[in-house]
Amino acid sequence: MEKWQNNKAWFLVLPAFIIVAFSAIIPLMTVVNYSIQDIFGPGESVFVGTEWFEEMLSNYRLHDALWRQFMFSGLVLLIEIPLGIMIALAMPKRGWGVSACLVSLALPLVIPWNVIGTIWIIFTRPDIGLFGVGINSLGLLGDTFDHTARPLYAWITVLIMEVWHWTPLVALLCYAGLRAIPEAYYEAARIDGASSWATFRYIQLPKMRGVLTIAVLLRWMDSFLIYSEIFTLTGGGPGNTTTFLSIYLVKLATMQFDLGPAAAFSLIYFVIVLLFCFAFYQALLNVGKGEKV
Amino acid sequence: MAQIALKEIAHTYISNPKDESDYALKRIHTEWEDGGAYALLGPSGCGKTTLLNVISGLLTPSQGRVFYDGKDVTRLPPEKRNIAQVFQFPVLYDTMSVYNNLAFPLRNRGLEEGEVKKRVLEVAEILELTPFLNKRAAGLAADAKQKISLGRGLVRSDVAAILFDEPLTVIDPHLKWHLRRKLKEVHEQLKLTLIYVTHDQVEALTFADQVMVMYEGELVQIGTPQELFENPQHKFVGFFIGSPGMNFLTCTLEGTNARVDGASIVIDEEMAALGQKAQGKLEIGIRPMYLEVHAQSVEGSVPAKVKALEDQGSFKILTVDLAGNILRARLSEGQTVPQNEAWLRFPARWTKLFADGRLVNTESDI
Repeated sequence: MEKWQNNKAWFLVLPAFIIVAFSAIIPLMTVVNYSIQDIFGPGESVFVGTEWFEEMLSNYRLHDALWRQFMFSGLVLLIEIPLGIMIALAMPKRGWGVSACLVSLALPLVIPWNVIGTIWIIFTRPDIGLFGVGINSLGLLGDTFDHTARPLYAWITVLIMEVWHWTPLVALLCYAGLRAIPEAYYEAARIDGASSWATFRYIQLPKMRGVLTIAVLLRWMDSFLIYSEIFTLTGGGPGNTTTFLSIYLVKLATMQFDLGPAAAFSLIYFVIVLLFCFAFYQALLNVGKGEKV
Repeated sequence: MAQIALKEIAHTYISNPKDESDYALKRIHTEWEDGGAYALLGPSGCGKTTLLNVISGLLTPSQGRVFYDGKDVTRLPPEKRNIAQVFQFPVLYDTMSVYNNLAFPLRNRGLEEGEVKKRVLEVAEILELTPFLNKRAAGLAADAKQKISLGRGLVRSDVAAILFDEPLTVIDPHLKWHLRRKLKEVHEQLKLTLIYVTHDQVEALTFADQVMVMYEGELVQIGTPQELFENPQHKFVGFFIGSPGMNFLTCTLEGTNARVDGASIVIDEEMAALGQKAQGKLEIGIRPMYLEVHAQSVEGSVPAKVKALEDQGSFKILTVDLAGNILRARLSEGQTVPQNEAWLRFPARWTKLFADGRLVNTESDI
């Protein structure tokens, strides 16, 4: 059969291209536009080349925020992934307990993010908050637990909030992965005399690889982009100790109105997230190379 | 190796069983000889897998006891019984190599590495898995995977019996035959007790010395393939074994004659005498291959209408209508095929009488 020699097929890609253009490319180009020009007002702009990028890359505040961000996202993954797996393993497999667990796990996921920040402000207040008053009345700490006073307490509060908010997602994903394992695997493991650790290591964990990949990617991206909850809870403080990338970016863009540097920063931010997602994806894909069922 | 005995086993999945129909297994009482090859045959949902899980210990039966070599193992978990089970879908430890898969049950039991290696290499040799030992198990074809599942049972030198739960379901037809032969070989070589669950009669009849037919939670007959074919103890066995299954006709008895809607069929004297005493609905049954078809009236024959003819290659299946009852007869290749009207003769030797679904038995009881 002879091939048709025209390029009409490209028209079929057009609708998708238009949608992507409006949803991603055009907004992104606006940011690019800002990042290479100094814009004073309509029609008043100066081309500055890579100046904003150079400025941002050598900005120590951005370095600090970036470092904090890595620390935060790293801790989030280290806590939420194992905790999520443990919760999923402990969840009941049948009966009314399943629905009860699923509903209570899903609750934090449906609360608006800025409300979460507010909940935790009140919850951890040393004068009226259940958590704040509770932990202080134990008297184990040398000083008062107050996240507005000490950076360490601010970090602990932010991390607990994040873990409370998002571990249920990891747990739900893992639970779905576990439920998909056919009963015969467990039966075979019992007959083979496998310990519960061996069953986890050689059956449950490998079979959860797919959902864990999704969980790691989602949690990495989301925690790397975290804004609302932290903005509400600590506003980036005390000092700058919980000023993560997005908080610093918003400060730069809306409070100081440095649109050029903020735009350059946004692009750097975007590239970092993309690079890490790619790296995680490749790593998790290759852990079990050739073991696709 | 071991002889396995089931004493009065019954099992239900319902916590408060009301009557017999709530039971997945109803009073199973039987023995499996050491080194025998058994097939457990029955339709889906008849309780085959439940029975298998009771033997392996994955399930504790609601009632009754399980004995291995006279030792009560009813309460022992599967890892404490010396049993191996191969499932319908190959179960593999995906992240491990074939070697590690085979070594897994031994390592779990704390065997030293030298002994593990010796056993694994031996079993890999028997199952022709040696070239794959260092490959990842997950990348192999379904039949190789199923051989690995089997191998994990064989490596254990103490294994008493291997249970198969429809192991060839996911195997390509041309490999089924090969794998089944391999199983037979393994059986002859290692003299293990094999219990093979299937709903495929060809598989059961070719694999096993003894076939146990299950129906609605009961073992309705245990016997060699020939016994099942010639002397079905239960209407279900007659119907399930053989292709097509046995013909059944509702009848009444008049001396040694079975009367089917006006037609009169002579049956075995002794059987008729027992039939007079039997309770319930009476039926006669005959296998299609024993039902004689003639183009003209012969002695003792009854007329029937020809409905259809199916050519199956080396034989033909003739469907006839005898006073509203549909019967099938198997005609050999050279036989003349009657048109419109056929004369059927029921040889007394092969015409069986059933009362309420059970054979009216002239010999011993089940």
